[in-house]
Amino acid sequence: MTELLRKTAAELGRLIGSREVSAVEVAQAHLDRIAEVEPKVNAFLHVDPDVTLAQARAVDDRIGAGERLGPLAGVPVAHKDVFTTTDMPTTAGSKILEGWRPPYDATVTGRLREAGLVILGKTNLDEFAMGSSTENSAYGPTRNPWDLSRIPGGSSGGSSASVAAYEAPLSTGTDTGGSIRQPAAVTGIVGMKPTYGGSSRYGLIAFASSLDTPGPFARNVLDAALLHEAFSGHDVMDSTSIHAEVPPVVEAARQADIAGLRVGVVKEFGGEGYQPGVLARFHEAVELLESLGAKVVEVSCPSFGYALPAYYLIAPSECSSNLARFDAMRYGLRIGDDGTRSAEEVMALTRAAGFGPEVKRRIMLGTYALSSGYYDAYYGQAQKVRTLISRDFDAAFHQVDVLVSPTTPTTAFPIGERADDPMAMYLADLCTIPTNLAGNAAISVPCGLADEDGLPVGLQIMAPVLGDDRCYRVGAAVERALEDRWGGPLLAKAPAL
Amino acid sequence: MPYDEALERFEPVLGLETHVELGTASKMFCGCPTEFGAPPNTQVCPVCLALPGSLPVANAEAIESTIRIGLALNCTIAEWCRFARKNYFYPDMPKNYQISQYDEPLCTDGYLDVVVDGRTVRVEIERVHLEEDTGKSTHVGGATGRIHGADYSIVDYNRAGIPLVEIVTKPIAGADRLAPDVARAYVTELRELMRALGVSDVRMEEGSLRCDVNVSLMPRGSSEWGTRSETKNVNSLRSVERAVRGEIERQAAILADGGRIIQETRHFHEDTGRTTSGRSKEEAQDYRYFPEPDLLPMAPDRDWVASLKAALPELPSVRRARLQAEWGVSDLDMAAMHNADAIGLVEATVAAGAPAADARKWWMGELARRANEAGKPLAELSITPADVARVTELVASGALNDKLARQVLEGVLAGEGGPDDVVAKRGLQIVSDEGELLAIIDKVLADNADAADKVRSGKVAAVGALVGGVMKASRGKADAGRARELILEKLGVS
Ligand SMILES: [Zn+2]
Repeated sequence: MTELLRKTAAELGRLIGSREVSAVEVAQAHLDRIAEVEPKVNAFLHVDPDVTLAQARAVDDRIGAGERLGPLAGVPVAHKDVFTTTDMPTTAGSKILEGWRPPYDATVTGRLREAGLVILGKTNLDEFAMGSSTENSAYGPTRNPWDLSRIPGGSSGGSSASVAAYEAPLSTGTDTGGSIRQPAAVTGIVGMKPTYGGSSRYGLIAFASSLDTPGPFARNVLDAALLHEAFSGHDVMDSTSIHAEVPPVVEAARQADIAGLRVGVVKEFGGEGYQPGVLARFHEAVELLESLGAKVVEVSCPSFGYALPAYYLIAPSECSSNLARFDAMRYGLRIGDDGTRSAEEVMALTRAAGFGPEVKRRIMLGTYALSSGYYDAYYGQAQKVRTLISRDFDAAFHQVDVLVSPTTPTTAFPIGERADDPMAMYLADLCTIPTNLAGNAAISVPCGLADEDGLPVGLQIMAPVLGDDRCYRVGAAVERALEDRWGGPLLAKAPAL
Repeated sequence: MPYDEALERFEPVLGLETHVELGTASKMFCGCPTEFGAPPNTQVCPVCLALPGSLPVANAEAIESTIRIGLALNCTIAEWCRFARKNYFYPDMPKNYQISQYDEPLCTDGYLDVVVDGRTVRVEIERVHLEEDTGKSTHVGGATGRIHGADYSIVDYNRAGIPLVEIVTKPIAGADRLAPDVARAYVTELRELMRALGVSDVRMEEGSLRCDVNVSLMPRGSSEWGTRSETKNVNSLRSVERAVRGEIERQAAILADGGRIIQETRHFHEDTGRTTSGRSKEEAQDYRYFPEPDLLPMAPDRDWVASLKAALPELPSVRRARLQAEWGVSDLDMAAMHNADAIGLVEATVAAGAPAADARKWWMGELARRANEAGKPLAELSITPADVARVTELVASGALNDKLARQVLEGVLAGEGGPDDVVAKRGLQIVSDEGELLAIIDKVLADNADAADKVRSGKVAAVGALVGGVMKASRGKADAGRARELILEKLGVS
């Protein structure tokens, strides 16, 4: 593996900016790596070296012409295949959108394109971002670079695996119930869910509109912050986008100073159902925070226990409506249009053939929950729980600056283990979902390997709405201390592919 | 059942749901233009085509227009409200849900007074809310022109996403046999209100104002409302009236036979004035409304709402009362002008210098007749209020008489130019050369010796025939009054 692949995105950006290496060389190195390991990992749904290299050449030309670009200009990025891209297909991991070429860029992809990042390809995901393992992709599962028999997390599993496998230095993901933090945790990398509305959803194929949040993956906290900053900020195309400055995430990642910080340990997360190795690494991380000068207290968030059921009413309800547009009329798959069938029949045949079982399960769940006579009992109640969870966060952040918990109850589980047990699968997002319901910010950073299986464990750091910088500050402090202890990044311990 | 008989046995209860397409420059949730009549599917973008990943952004002008409509209808403006998704599958609705409002409309509890048969009827408004229009489907082949049975269908998404305001009345009871007229008067008044507010061009024939008519009947003496039918897309004022009348007759016949009215959607047929059954509510959709998560709630600032209210234009009913007083016309004449959509034209003609009585005479007389012949509204005649004012001026100055004036109007309508152009081109000046007139009179007296004798013998009434002869001989160009004087003078009667 060439040294270029091990460099941080910040370093690559600096080298390309100073013309010590070209964007084309960096892109080529990653394309070669993709060609080498993709047969094992299956992180990408679409790679197009010609398009990637043309973009890299254009960036080299812009830099050569003296144009001042951002710190990540020329650095490659892999996009989760729910963000629209004008030069690559966008499928959302579904057969129903196979081969669809969007006529417009998502705000996230467009802004990164403008900042000079080079698109390596589109990464695999659970169909329409519904899942925690990437097994729900219509295009086959992605494998965890730490252990190819295990899941890379989900739904953004292609994005986490590509970064963990050194196929990409950076990638984008979306987090609806933990779909960035959980994959980051189980692949030993950094994944951030920004404050809802801090990053634009325009061009992000919707799963659950009130929860979906674009965010970054990287192999270290500073790189994640640089990517975060590059695509975030107010967007007139997204009404739910916040009118506020992007929190100073890069500065916070560089500071990494937590002396005097008040840290709350969420009492409700831990105990039964949690893997001992996960809890052991988590407790060590809490001790580490204390040793770095943080003041640690236990905080109770009693409503968090209702988060999972509330989430599984709200997210399916919204998805049942969001996915109604896939009707074979204007784009995507069309089944049975032989001149004898009605539009209604073609819609039904297409949706039956085009959606996978998990997507259908959630559409039916959501359709039921919104039905007249059930709305108040299901969707209405779930919204009340949402309010209670926000209040718990508010009360907690009155006492402490950040909250911490394990990112996931367990390490990466074997592919197939939970495929037929949706409830077990849903538990993977137990610790991450409250943040989605409340709309605040949270990051997952590696905190070691579980003793039982030698697989990565993630530490989740939660901050208030628009307190994204706190996640990076604490994450960077933990990262620095742990890497000193480990003698390098956790990922260096991963087996060679 | 004949209408009169139906009304003897039953009392109708009405409800009207009116959709008004707002005349905003761009669509409700995207930047696409809203012009009517563009080639199909040319005014579309990722948002109004519901491409994956696209998101709506609410049109502030449309929200403002809706609030102004609500204020003009004396509604309460919500302090906080939301859009909601109305979920149902239909090919002309790109998202397969419509962004609308459900239990939190922008405006509630208002009223609109209408005058029918000299009586003021207060129509109470339940709600006014904002939503988006669907695309337009054309079903090709098949007998009904509807999707079932069609060979194929084509969809134009230009209309998809145009802002639509829905105005819903509370049940209107007590209109009795005037129910069809009340319905028509309400839609007419609403249309004028929209025009006065400048929020829509309200062209029913282009579908920018569409009406759903709900009718139910209760037996005389009962106070329990019957089951209602909902007649969709009644698209002219006359059709509104006919649809109500037709439904009253149809339902009365069923009820009188001991039948039961089904709660259903019905389609109105312009040709027969009858309705036919659509889908019944029993098989109706569950729209699974829920708050639209892609849009923020609306919380119209109270000061802003107050300023919108203060800046409302003079409302049509107030304006009519003012003009009636200014012009000194009767209720009946005013109502006639209102029904003929002539008030604005008369007002503009008066503003151009004509006396109100003359302006009304021409618009409600000759021009109304011409419009009727041409089968188009008065406003679409190719003549301006300024033209009409000029004609009244020419008559007042004696340059034209009524008969010549009618010819001038005919010329203007035929596109021969303004009144002065027509007078010049057609040579329509009154004959004011007395010598020429006297020569004509001599000839007429010679040709009509009997009549001349009668006048000489004191039967002055017979002079009319002689004047008529002069007018005929001069091809209408003579001044009839002067001719009469001269004839009497010649015959020694004066
Ligand atoms: Zn559009």
